[in-house]
Amino acid sequence: MSTSLHAVSAAPVGDFALRCSGLQRYLGQGDGRVHVLKGVSFEARRGQVYAIVGPSGCGKSTLLYLLGLLDQPDGGDIEINGQRMSNRDDFARTAARGAHIGFVFQFHFLMLEFTALENVMMPMRKLGRLTAPEMEARARMLLDAVGLGAKTHRLGTQLSGGEQQRVAVARALANQPSIILADEPTGNLDVKNSTLVFDLLTRLAKDNGQAVILVTHNPEIAQRCDVTRPMRDGLFV
Amino acid sequence: MSPNFRIAFRFLTAKKRAMLMSLSCTVLGVGLFIVTQATTSGFEEFFVKTLLGTDGAMRIEDRIQDTLRSMEVAGSPDFQIRQREGVKYIEGVEEPQVIMDTVRSFANVRGVSAVLRGNVQVSSSFKTEDAQVFGIKLEDHRFVSELERKITTPEGLGKFQESAGSALVGRVLADRLQLTVNESIVINVRGESRRYVVAAIYETGVRDIDKTRIYIDLAEARSLLRKPTGATFLQISLHDPKRARQEAAHMEEVLRHSVRPWQEREKEWLSVFRALSVSSAITVTVFTLIASLAMFNTLAMIVLEKTKDIAILRSMGYERRDITRIFLWQAAIVLAIGAIVGGIFGAAVSWGVSLVPLPINTLFKTEHFIVALSPWHFVQAITTAVVMVMIASLVPARRAARLEPGDIVRGTAQ
Ligand SMILES: Nc1ncnc2c1ncn2[C@@H]1O[C@H](COP(=O)(O)OP(=O)(O)OP(=O)(O)O)[C@@H](O)[C@H]1O
Ligand SMILES: [Mg+2]
Repeated sequence: MSTSLHAVSAAPVGDFALRCSGLQRYLGQGDGRVHVLKGVSFEARRGQVYAIVGPSGCGKSTLLYLLGLLDQPDGGDIEINGQRMSNRDDFARTAARGAHIGFVFQFHFLMLEFTALENVMMPMRKLGRLTAPEMEARARMLLDAVGLGAKTHRLGTQLSGGEQQRVAVARALANQPSIILADEPTGNLDVKNSTLVFDLLTRLAKDNGQAVILVTHNPEIAQRCDVTRPMRDGLFV
Repeated sequence: MSPNFRIAFRFLTAKKRAMLMSLSCTVLGVGLFIVTQATTSGFEEFFVKTLLGTDGAMRIEDRIQDTLRSMEVAGSPDFQIRQREGVKYIEGVEEPQVIMDTVRSFANVRGVSAVLRGNVQVSSSFKTEDAQVFGIKLEDHRFVSELERKITTPEGLGKFQESAGSALVGRVLADRLQLTVNESIVINVRGESRRYVVAAIYETGVRDIDKTRIYIDLAEARSLLRKPTGATFLQISLHDPKRARQEAAHMEEVLRHSVRPWQEREKEWLSVFRALSVSSAITVTVFTLIASLAMFNTLAMIVLEKTKDIAILRSMGYERRDITRIFLWQAAIVLAIGAIVGGIFGAAVSWGVSLVPLPINTLFKTEHFIVALSPWHFVQAITTAVVMVMIASLVPARRAARLEPGDIVRGTAQ
């Protein structure tokens, strides 16, 4: 397997990498129970970059967790690469996460006892498609791409918030997932680095045919995406 | 190295203090397990060795006479049931030579010796004491006891072998009578007195023996006690004393004499040791319980602190069972180190304990604490620790695996 960033993807640009329809999600218990997602439908094609925007608390992260198979919807369907995932067991959903999805969390990004390099290699080790030297070469290449080539051996605790965030982006790309879900991946970054990360994600989408879905509060970034979906109160508007 | 092991190792080394805590509990648990087992079994083994060395593995005592009862089965006069109604014992062994020859044909038998016993009074120039004479044939008795090695006087058994008029006296009795080798004693049985020379003084360490028994030649004992034939009992030693019960049952069948194995003879003392080992087993269980509680605590703490890492791992495709394994690996690492260090610690402490002075001279004789380290103790200690710690670790490990990544990232995981 090539360790290049620009490996050729299996499916042609234009296919749906991810579809969801009628997603419902309630959070909290008893009186605190909130109807957070009220029937969200959404689809993402390969090679496209999507921005989900909207006010704080409207349910963007909640939606992203559902799409990333980290959480289960109370209603509605999710399809990953044509396979219905919302009714599958934990094992199948975990396997799909490992093979098809790269996730960047909004907060807490890294496993702090591990170096940047080890963090990026972590998903590759689980998937086990590459040999150890190949994994390391790929991890270095990804860290280089996010501008951290010189800090590969720093522990998570020895990196700034923005640096951690960039390592998390590199890690989300580790297994060449067909879908990249990023919850404010440029939230902590200066202009230069947020441009770097955003350009990297768009380039990947174009070259590898990956679907990139990112949540952002930055209008400039949202504007540069192929599709912008504004969200309000648990619904796309 | 498996990715799970790698992660486990890193989690563990990041929590050094908690890990050292549960590690030291494991070391203590394993170590003390070994020490208690080594000391309890040390005393027991020593006791058994002493008693086998003095009184042999078994004794053939009384002849059995069955009393049989016949009973007619209802209606059929020519069909009878013969039933053993009771067992009558006739004291002593009437024909020792015949029985001894048969006993020698048993494969497990190392030696057999006829003993004639009688109650006597023994006097020195200093005072008179009650005692028992044991008439033995030295060449037979050598094979059934360690009498030879128990002689404390430098002359050894030479004199006893040469002269029929000599006697072996126990240490305690000799002290009471203020006797030394070559002095003479007078043994008095039913009004008749005979003079013997003290050939040697022995010390078995068993006080009851050392203060009462006087060994003399069997032929001499026959004439002294006026018993020209027969023996009080036959003392038997076995190559494998552990099989004494089975051999005894077998011999009883064949010889029609009551045969008492050492386990039955020393039942009371053995049950004391049994009680002792049960109580030490309880102590030891408490130690390992503490070790596993510490492990439980450490792991539960690490799980709590690592929920975010669990969410990250799960988001990257790590399965529930990977999470379980990561936490079980942590327990396994602590266990492995704890078992090795605990084993060394246990061996070292056992060795130290064996140097503790502890003069005992009642049931057996020793100057120091007795320990018997056996590989079996290490196996037991480590197996117990592994089982208990693994069970204790399973709970937090499974809890960690059950966490939903979505709940963790929202902060609602519990
Ligand atoms: N455990 C919970 N119980 C009840 N309500 C919750 C819970 N967690 C989140 N919510 C609510 O769900 C809504 C959506 O939250 P979510 O995190 O998806 O918002 P968001 O759009 O990502 O906001 P932000 O831009 O600030 O990250 C919020 O109104 C929040 O108050
Ligand atoms: Mg959010």
